[in-house]
Amino acid sequence: MPSEWIARHDQTVALKGEWTLANYRHIKTALINTELINTELGKPTDATVSLEAITRLDTAGAILVVELIGVEKAQAVADWAAELPREQQALLIRIAEAMEAPLDVDPPTYSRISQALASVGQQMVGLWSQQRQLLAFIGLVMATLFQLVLRPRHWRLTATVAHIQQSGLNAVPIVALLTFMVGAVVAFLGATVLQDFGATIYTIDLVAFSFLREFGVLLAAILLAGRTASAFTAQIGAMKSNEEIDALQAQGLDPIELLVLPRVMAMLISLPMLAFVGMLSGLAGGAMVTSLSLDISLTQFMATLQKDVSVTHFLVGLSKAPVFAFVIAVIGCLEGFKVSGSAQSVGEHTTSSVVQSIFMVILIDAVAALFFMEMGW
Amino acid sequence: MIDSDKPTEQNNQPVIKVRGLVNRFGTHVVHENLDLTLERGEILGVVGGSGTGKSVLLRSIVGLKRPNDGTVEVLGTTLNELDDAQRSQIERRFGVLFQRGALFSSLNLQENIALPLIEHARLPREDAEHLARVKLSLVGLPPQAALQFPESLSGGMIKRAALARALALDPDILFLDEPTAGLDPIGAAAFDQLLVTLRDALGFSVFLVTHDLDTLYAACDRVAVLSQKRVLVVDTIDKVADTDDEWVQDYFHGPRGRAAQRAHTASSTNAYTQE
Repeated sequence: MPSEWIARHDQTVALKGEWTLANYRHIKTALINTELINTELGKPTDATVSLEAITRLDTAGAILVVELIGVEKAQAVADWAAELPREQQALLIRIAEAMEAPLDVDPPTYSRISQALASVGQQMVGLWSQQRQLLAFIGLVMATLFQLVLRPRHWRLTATVAHIQQSGLNAVPIVALLTFMVGAVVAFLGATVLQDFGATIYTIDLVAFSFLREFGVLLAAILLAGRTASAFTAQIGAMKSNEEIDALQAQGLDPIELLVLPRVMAMLISLPMLAFVGMLSGLAGGAMVTSLSLDISLTQFMATLQKDVSVTHFLVGLSKAPVFAFVIAVIGCLEGFKVSGSAQSVGEHTTSSVVQSIFMVILIDAVAALFFMEMGW
Repeated sequence: MIDSDKPTEQNNQPVIKVRGLVNRFGTHVVHENLDLTLERGEILGVVGGSGTGKSVLLRSIVGLKRPNDGTVEVLGTTLNELDDAQRSQIERRFGVLFQRGALFSSLNLQENIALPLIEHARLPREDAEHLARVKLSLVGLPPQAALQFPESLSGGMIKRAALARALALDPDILFLDEPTAGLDPIGAAAFDQLLVTLRDALGFSVFLVTHDLDTLYAACDRVAVLSQKRVLVVDTIDKVADTDDEWVQDYFHGPRGRAAQRAHTASSTNAYTQE
């Protein structure tokens, strides 16, 4: 079978034409068709090969030539193919040197069952060490915090204020808008259900209770978990992969003090404020719905609020904010420190920090609800 | 296909022609009216003090930075005037080694190098990975490195892997940004030799930004000195070293410059006596 690249007459093979990357697939097919190599490469042919008619040769072509004639013969190319241009000889020799050692390294393979078991084990160990790391990190942050309380010179006020602006002030519009809409939705639901009992006036209580005790702080916390925990992880993660954290430590500076505490403090200040904004805005959403569709005037809304809802509910709701803030900030920072060099790792840990902090916020909220109920607050 | 030479390119035409290049960042002028030519098949060393815009020049030739003024002609065309498809056709004939390697961190080494082979040369994955492993071995990396990820490699290994990736498509022009920085002297010498061997065999042209005097002596056909916002002088290294300019004199005739020169003279006389 005549080919553009190979001419075979029994035991003599002449290679010709352009042996380049662009033709790699065709040449390989031709080699297999002429039965010079079988599909598994690496067994050199014993036919006599001549190379003079090759017009162009690049590394991809040279690799095929070396596979065809074998490494040893390629290294001795000067002895049997002296007509070949010196440059192409040099290329063949270099490629042959590169292909001398076995190149195939396949990762060890395991059976499917042991892979599944290993994966379960890995997940469990990972989960366990994650919780331990979180506790250890909380301890570290607390310890550093208490050390610094009495040393105002080490308070990073500028950084803290900058973080308050980023994670607190800049989040006010989105928190306000979101809670306003949820407030309206809750009021609609309440109105629809309570209408059957002729008790639409209790819609006010429903909105007030849910927002003061739960939704105001919970929605703000979940928003910040998505917005700020991810930002913390990405910021610290990028510093980590750029060796900035190492540089800080090598200069005797404490990354916890410089990077983590300002973020934690900023969150401790921002989240209660945002929770407050959330409560007000949720109530406003409820008030809008009740006044527009239930004929309850704003004055009546305020009066009922003052009469029925004690300040305890507000305090119960707000008391959870610092806890949420601390957990979100600490998880965000810790995940940042866990980032290793790659871009993929930044992505993985950012995802993980958002998932973990939302999970922890909801878990703590559930436990707190139980606690407050038992206490009768 | 990749190697199809356009009829507009004659073989004696320069592969890169920079004319009147101006680059500014805000009010900071990096290049002012800069001219530079890279001939076919030559290795051009580009030197200059820190901040003289060597990397910026490389980026504006490769098309990563749009120059504020002037023309950059590569392989007979002006990159910025082409549409995306034509531009991609030209760009796949470049091989670029970035200063810090810029390997894709989510791929292992073998996949890093196989990627252009699969995407541009349309090889099946198996073939592409085979070629990738040969190229990794060619730049002096052990076979086990093929499955490692960039984050677990040393700086020198990243440089070598990045070179292997730059060479993946057998480019017409190779752009190297400080390729030997961070290599040990033995690795750097092997790199110089590899570069010359591959250039001789494949006939590509090399735009080499470097601080390494040994590389300049061992590998470069011509040397361009960037200074005072333009190319101060382009010539063979001996002539450049004789240029009457303070920076050039300090650079080539400082203690390191003299050592590199001595080493080069010694090795070339040895080579003659052996022949």
